Amino acid sequence: MEQTKNKYVGQAIIKKDAKALLSGKPAYTDDFVPENALVVKLMRSPHAYAKIKKIDTSKAMLVPGVEIVVTYKDVPKKRFTLAGQTFPEPSPYDRLILDEYVRFVGDPVAIVAGKNEACCQKAMKLIKVEYEVLEPILDFKQSLDNTILIHQEDSFVGHDGQGTDQMRNLCASSEEIEGDVEGVLAQCDYLVEESYHIKAVSQAMMEPFTAYTYMDVYGRMVVQSATQIPFHVRRIVSHALDVPKSKIRVIKPRIGGGFGAKQTAVCEVYPAIVTYLTTKPAHLTFTREECFTNGSPRHEMEVKIRLGADKNGKFKAVDLYTLSNTGAYGEHGPTTVGLTGTKSLSMYYGLEAHRFAYDVVYTNRLSSGAYRGYGATQGIFALESAVNELAHKMKIDPIKLREMNMVHEGDKFTHYYGESATSCALDKCVERVKEMIEWDKKYPCYEVAPNKVRAVGMAMAMQGSGISGVDVGSVALKLNDDGFYTLMVGCSDMGTGCDTILAQMAADCLGCDMENIVVFGVDTDQSPYDSGSYASSTTYVTGMAVVKCCEMMMKKIQKAASGILELPMEELAFDGERVFAISDETKGITLPDLVTKLQAGTGEILYAQSSHTSPVSPPPFMAGAAEVEVDLETGKVTPIDYVACVDCGTVINANLARVQTEGGLVQGIGMSLFEDILYTDKGYLMTNNFMQYKIPTRIDMGKVRVDFVETYEKSGPFGAKSIGEVVINTPAPAIADAVYNATGLRFRSMPITAEKVFMALQEK
Amino acid sequence: MKITVTLNGKRIEAEITPDMMLLDFVRSQGMKSVKRGCDTGNCGLCTLWLDDKPVLSCSTLAARANGKKVTTLEGVQEEAKEFSDFLAGEGADQCGFCSPGFIMAVLALKKENPNPTAEEMKEYLAGNLCRCTGYQSQYRALCKYFGIQEV
Ligand code: FES
Ligand code: FES
Repeated sequence: MEQTKNKYVGQAIIKKDAKALLSGKPAYTDDFVPENALVVKLMRSPHAYAKIKKIDTSKAMLVPGVEIVVTYKDVPKKRFTLAGQTFPEPSPYDRLILDEYVRFVGDPVAIVAGKNEACCQKAMKLIKVEYEVLEPILDFKQSLDNTILIHQEDSFVGHDGQGTDQMRNLCASSEEIEGDVEGVLAQCDYLVEESYHIKAVSQAMMEPFTAYTYMDVYGRMVVQSATQIPFHVRRIVSHALDVPKSKIRVIKPRIGGGFGAKQTAVCEVYPAIVTYLTTKPAHLTFTREECFTNGSPRHEMEVKIRLGADKNGKFKAVDLYTLSNTGAYGEHGPTTVGLTGTKSLSMYYGLEAHRFAYDVVYTNRLSSGAYRGYGATQGIFALESAVNELAHKMKIDPIKLREMNMVHEGDKFTHYYGESATSCALDKCVERVKEMIEWDKKYPCYEVAPNKVRAVGMAMAMQGSGISGVDVGSVALKLNDDGFYTLMVGCSDMGTGCDTILAQMAADCLGCDMENIVVFGVDTDQSPYDSGSYASSTTYVTGMAVVKCCEMMMKKIQKAASGILELPMEELAFDGERVFAISDETKGITLPDLVTKLQAGTGEILYAQSSHTSPVSPPPFMAGAAEVEVDLETGKVTPIDYVACVDCGTVINANLARVQTEGGLVQGIGMSLFEDILYTDKGYLMTNNFMQYKIPTRIDMGKVRVDFVETYEKSGPFGAKSIGEVVINTPAPAIADAVYNATGLRFRSMPITAEKVFMALQEK
Repeated sequence: MKITVTLNGKRIEAEITPDMMLLDFVRSQGMKSVKRGCDTGNCGLCTLWLDDKPVLSCSTLAARANGKKVTTLEGVQEEAKEFSDFLAGEGADQCGFCSPGFIMAVLALKKENPNPTAEEMKEYLAGNLCRCTGYQSQYRALCKYFGIQEV
């Protein structure tokens, strides 16, 4: 079962692009913008909700250098979504490039393009807009069935099966019940009934949203963009401009981080329409402020939980209801919310009944989107917090309570598309984390100085590996002169290292050196179709396409050699360098010689292509434990140590898996302690720069330690599952419980800032 | 206005507007390693050296570089190699977008203080943000480079 002879899989291989990136070579979108590209700027709404009564651009057009000013009158009237999802997208079609209505502070009112930034800024000041200011809905708890409607347009398109109802401000809705939830809950000896609030935190990847567009020699539009979803961007731009997809080509260079933000086509349509209308190259990079005010943050959610257990602590029933705030537009609204239930409830086994229901509502806030964890983060914060609260109620160690209830390998999941845990070391992860943090010695807390208490807290997490039956990964292999291969991929390496990881797999499958695998991606004209890099799909789904494709290539090599050697295929073997007769190894042909012969017209040029869709989405699992220090005088919570143990199946690249985990944990720590979203009562986002929206620096994150327990997932390439998302899910509940253990204060919303702790300590 | 700058060892004369930032200037001269990650001087991605001292080029006027030496990662490839190799070895270049500015800050620290303590090192580099790695792999690379015992 175990793969032991791998030369590359499992090793800490250096990333293929490391040299270029670490020497500062041009690699990212903005490094290639044509010099004559028009600068594109967006004039944005100052109101949370308004109708544009009049817009006069005549003065703006007179500014020297200004090329074009686009308003809602100039754009196609067919609605679309910016969400990068497999077609037909579940997200409603509720967007236009520019609309007569603006639905949040920052919603674009006009697009200005000109020779430089200065003339665009000047022009924007000269655009005269008369607004009819409307009363907004800013609180998502007020949205459902409010008399104010956020999308009243006739051209709105909701998709079947999502529970969308535009007349109720409802982007999506659903309810699933198994068993007699009320009956079972009524009989429980213990009940935790609480609600948990998660804010719309921002991905804050270092490279802002950016794209440029131009017309090529064939009169087609080329979109070069920092995107996780090149093929979806092709469709989205085609929808937005109402032109055929054949007229659009999308190229993805290196990306400076995405974490889901770039799973939405946040900026591409604006330069695209400028190029479409002017035929000139156009470039738009969001400022950091725009990344905050017009990005695509995590969905704000309120998760209400009722968790019931018998007198021994065995969980009997859970009722989980999520209210999600999709903001002004429905990108990823119908889908993120589903994970709050599927990826939380399924960590626990043996429930007699459960209900999972949700409503996703529109508000006059910026549109939410995909952020690493995609709803699972919110659901897991809620359920893991509830489990910790139950443990305290019962006066039982939270780890013991979990040991009694968690899912094990072979168990059927509580709420996970009917799937079972085919590979699962959650129990071992918990055990390991317990050792690493020295739980038994430190739980619940200990004093380090007068008024300084250290405490520990823990949580578990799971995620998926791709979207079952939906995500498609494809790769193609070309065999070239000298016997090197080109591996063409359609998935987006956004710093995740998937180009390297897939090359490691290919090299081991083909029995060659990694140097002999050249990776190429992504260009929608040349790369094979891939749904994109999201939902933790690349290693698991696209990886499997690599394995299949390599098998096909090896067969083709043997077949070609059999023609040349005049020996039947069954009598030949291929060791990666040479095809030879099994009975007489001296009879054979080297790979370079074979290619030379084929290229001289003695056979077919070798090319293989394969795609993969998985019928299942085996979850990676993990456990995490935090040690924090709380200053009881100031309320400051300092992270001291965070330990985590992950089961991602086979670890394909030891370095990259570790760094993914560390990075995800620190984002989770940031969201737990510092990252805050604050609005004025008029709906203006105040935390719109790195001074106000504080992401962790290297001095305020404490120590982070990571370990792995490997399992072997049979449906995955080399036994691998995913890792990219699961790693962000444990810090929030673990830290919240550590703070409780230090102070007796329960925080059910993030972030736990010093001010909040201080205020709560005063009230205590 | 006209400025004369020694950019990565090469003397150049260029026409600039008075409000041009050094960041935009060096990028317009082909030094694409220098990145912009914010509008408020908070991310450190744009770090380069002005007369051998690290500065944030996003908040330094290009005019200030007149008559001075400007150095970007493109100009210190040899010097950067040892540390870059440590970073690569740890997988600490995830998206790599923060790497050039970070490396320039690290090399500057090495010159100012060849044997920093772990605390001094973190303090000095605190202004260089990275969203991908969680800093831990950068820390391992730094410890190797500065010969510090990892804790
Ligand atoms: S670009 Fe962020 S500090 Fe200069
Ligand atoms: S590696 Fe991506 S921001 Fe540092």
